[in-house]
Amino acid sequence: MTGVIGLPAHVPELGEDRGGPATPLLAVSGLIKHFGKRGGFLSKAGAVVRAVDGVSFDVAKGETLGIVGESGCGKSTVARLIMQIIKPDAGELLFDGEAVGSAELDIRSFRKQVQMIFQDSYASLNPRLTVEDTVAFGPRVHGASRAQSITLAHDLLHRVGLEPGRFAGRYPHEISGGQRQRVNIARGLALNPRLLILDEAVSALDKSVEAQVLNLLLDLKAEFGLTYIFISHDLNVVRFMSDRVMVMYLGKVAEVGPADAVFSKPGHPYTEALLASMPSMDPDNRTQEAPITGDPPNPINPPPGCRFHTRCKYAADVCKVDEPLLYGVGDMHLAACHIANPASGHPLATQAKVAA
Amino acid sequence: MSAIADSPPVVVLAQAGKGYWASVWSRLIKDKVAMTALAVILVIVLAAIFAPYIAPADPFKGSMLRRLKPIGFPGYPLGGDELGRDMLTRLIYGGRLSIFMGVLPVLCAFVVGSSIGIFAGYVGGWINTLLMRIIDVFFAFPSVLLAIALSGALGAGILNSIVSLTIVFVPQIARVAEAVTTQIRTRDYVEAARVSGAGAFTIVRMHVLGNVLGPIFVFSTSLISVSMILAAGLSFLGLGVKPPEAEWGLMLNTLRTAIYSQPLVAALPGLMIFMVSISFNLFSDGLRSAMEVKQ
Amino acid sequence: MNGAGPIVDVKQLTVDFATGGGASVRAVAGVDLTLKPGETLALLGESGSGKSVTLRALMRLHPKSARFGGSVNVDGRDILAMPAGDLARYRGKIVSMIFQDPGLALDPVYRVGDQIAEAVMRHEGISRAEARKRALGLFERVRIPSPDRRLDNYPHEMSGGMRQRAMIALALACRPKVLLADEPTTALDATVQIQVLLLLRELQRELGLAVIFVTHDIGVAVEVADRIAVMYGGRIVETGPCADVIRNAAHPYTLGLLASRTGHGAAKGSRLVTIPGSPPDLTNLPPGCSFSPRCPRAIEACRQIVPPLVVTGPGHAAACIRVDAASVALSA
Repeated sequence: MTGVIGLPAHVPELGEDRGGPATPLLAVSGLIKHFGKRGGFLSKAGAVVRAVDGVSFDVAKGETLGIVGESGCGKSTVARLIMQIIKPDAGELLFDGEAVGSAELDIRSFRKQVQMIFQDSYASLNPRLTVEDTVAFGPRVHGASRAQSITLAHDLLHRVGLEPGRFAGRYPHEISGGQRQRVNIARGLALNPRLLILDEAVSALDKSVEAQVLNLLLDLKAEFGLTYIFISHDLNVVRFMSDRVMVMYLGKVAEVGPADAVFSKPGHPYTEALLASMPSMDPDNRTQEAPITGDPPNPINPPPGCRFHTRCKYAADVCKVDEPLLYGVGDMHLAACHIANPASGHPLATQAKVAA
Repeated sequence: MSAIADSPPVVVLAQAGKGYWASVWSRLIKDKVAMTALAVILVIVLAAIFAPYIAPADPFKGSMLRRLKPIGFPGYPLGGDELGRDMLTRLIYGGRLSIFMGVLPVLCAFVVGSSIGIFAGYVGGWINTLLMRIIDVFFAFPSVLLAIALSGALGAGILNSIVSLTIVFVPQIARVAEAVTTQIRTRDYVEAARVSGAGAFTIVRMHVLGNVLGPIFVFSTSLISVSMILAAGLSFLGLGVKPPEAEWGLMLNTLRTAIYSQPLVAALPGLMIFMVSISFNLFSDGLRSAMEVKQ
Repeated sequence: MNGAGPIVDVKQLTVDFATGGGASVRAVAGVDLTLKPGETLALLGESGSGKSVTLRALMRLHPKSARFGGSVNVDGRDILAMPAGDLARYRGKIVSMIFQDPGLALDPVYRVGDQIAEAVMRHEGISRAEARKRALGLFERVRIPSPDRRLDNYPHEMSGGMRQRAMIALALACRPKVLLADEPTTALDATVQIQVLLLLRELQRELGLAVIFVTHDIGVAVEVADRIAVMYGGRIVETGPCADVIRNAAHPYTLGLLASRTGHGAAKGSRLVTIPGSPPDLTNLPPGCSFSPRCPRAIEACRQIVPPLVVTGPGHAAACIRVDAASVALSA
């Protein structure tokens, strides 16, 4: 663990490996969050948005887990649930083997080890604080002296490619979007976290700047031994960044597996459609037919059975009734599709088995 | 270290490094209307403060022979009032109480109202709802009626007028403070601070106050003119300042009988109230647009 | 130029915005472009490149503080000199526009069908029943399911993709000759974006529309465009047939954009090729070529003069004095 200078010394064990390399850094099980939608004058009272509806996954130490999905799939809600910004209705978080919120790991110590980078680089910076004060805020809160925290801030600004001499005293509106996102990254690193959640962290940046920030994230990960959860709607970026990928649809996990396997041999029809929806980049071979029609359904009233069956070209009767579990489709590769389960009774399931 | 090598920042902005308030001031100083308004306010305030040195006569010494003289009467540049006192002197002295009555209630209401509003807005939930419903009760009354009713109940006098005007303004400021705070509270940077493990007090001090006090302050400045007019109204009704004090509202009241004989002189206190209150309004308008940070 | 003359002909367009205190910003600094009937041009660029400002100039959708230079001819009429009354008739009838946010085009308090019928009645003076029939036809055309029922929806009752389709229907209501599209799919999910792109391509072909499509996404440009014009710092730096620009890019900025893309070429774990620095600040543009501070091939001359467009192939030109160096580097 490469230490960052100037951190307060009164918490020696925090931030160190406890469970050993085999223990996942973060284990999420059965996460549920339903938002109550207030019944208006004319609308149905008590409609519930099933934003996250039973999501479980692990994040291994040192890996990057990519989470992809369309709007309303719950990926950002998952990030906020992990960060404890909102309270889950059900579910458990284990951080390096210890339950978050338990006696061994209270919320405050957990938060020190997990940080988040937001999408909107402007909204996530206080317009009244200078760049150095923004980065120094976290260490100050955790007891570092002003001089210590400013030294640390300058060190981190240098590390993310912003020369402290030029940038430390500036305000957010005086720097460009890419530079603001670098400030956000420096702030995220200021508490020396072990897990960094990047919620659409490069989505608002211009393409030429996006590549710079992605390179920076790769460098920082190697240097500080970080673990990333990388959330994005951009499949290309997720594929480039991630070791493993989790695809979400309407509050549930549709598919999870090694990035190369998910992208080259998708196990879920939804992943297949997502991949086919990417613009082709070949002027002589443009996309001729949309892989799926219609918009993602509303998470207020998700369809029964498999939530994707309304848009799925392989949908059979069983899909409208039974909700699929996650079935193995390859090494460490799971998909929530009846086709992957020979016992499901889906007409294509047996074919798939024969083919395999 | 190659990440640094491939990202030399090339953007150099003209106003780099300048503090927020310095940039607000540099925008404000370019606003001719706001600066004129500020100049008018300053002249009248300075005149009121140094009244004993610049006023040509004694504000309380009258003369039966010089009652209700027109503007330009020898020795009385702005005429004489119903007791033969120099109008110019009384207008200068009147600024002391009138502006005091305009500013002090708003200042008190600013402190109390923004505390309530920021607390309610930041805490949220049922506490917010409860506080705001209580505030709504005050909104049910027109502010003029509320001020008169409170002053009537408390009794006439300067102190009681200030108290009643403060009570009138607290709900208005609290409402604005609550709205701005609620908006700021859900910003990403407040969430980021919470994620850093900061406590509520630190977050409010570092991230909320700086961003909400500006808009609340601007709104409050616009109330100064209202406060002056209400205070004048209370004096006019005999609920505020008592004769023979010089105060614009009271002067308007006592001169009202002269409206047919010396209409111009009788209108002078009203003109002062109008000038000062519109100056405060124009200035707060300018301040608001100067404080809008452009992306 | 062969066959029909251009329907859109922009020459040396400049757009300046006053920024207060007597200063102004030049958002578009001399843009030439032509568009033939039935052709689709993609204006590709990053924030502050001037792509949207150029597009809006074709509709004169600018605040009063904007000052225009050069000429904009659409369907034989000079837009910059057009009186306000003519402008109202021109908008929607000859040229219409779709936006990233349908909220800009659709009024939230009127039913979508009524808005379309209203637009048709205003421009063509036909009866309400007939206008309604036209609206229904348009809804079918843009593939809105159960169109009869959807005409009576308010915008907020529709999903994002459907609102986008309704906006396209509204834009096509008066059978315009030119459609301007300002990042119409940027806010949409991937699976919906491709549907809207295919729809636009189909409508363009069937109705013979001329389309100018503003986007920051090369992939989207490739899906819809016949020609691509790459903008940077208020100027067009490269223009040419779509396939040619993608395969034989000549300007270092275009080359950098293509190289820094994730996916396809980029292997995981390897570092991306990047364009250093940030997009230019329009209030403080560098002298000469505005890309020169970020350009790996810049020489002293690049900082002195604004490079003219140099022809590099049939219909393909790049504004770079180092074009030869670039193509050498590419083939190497």
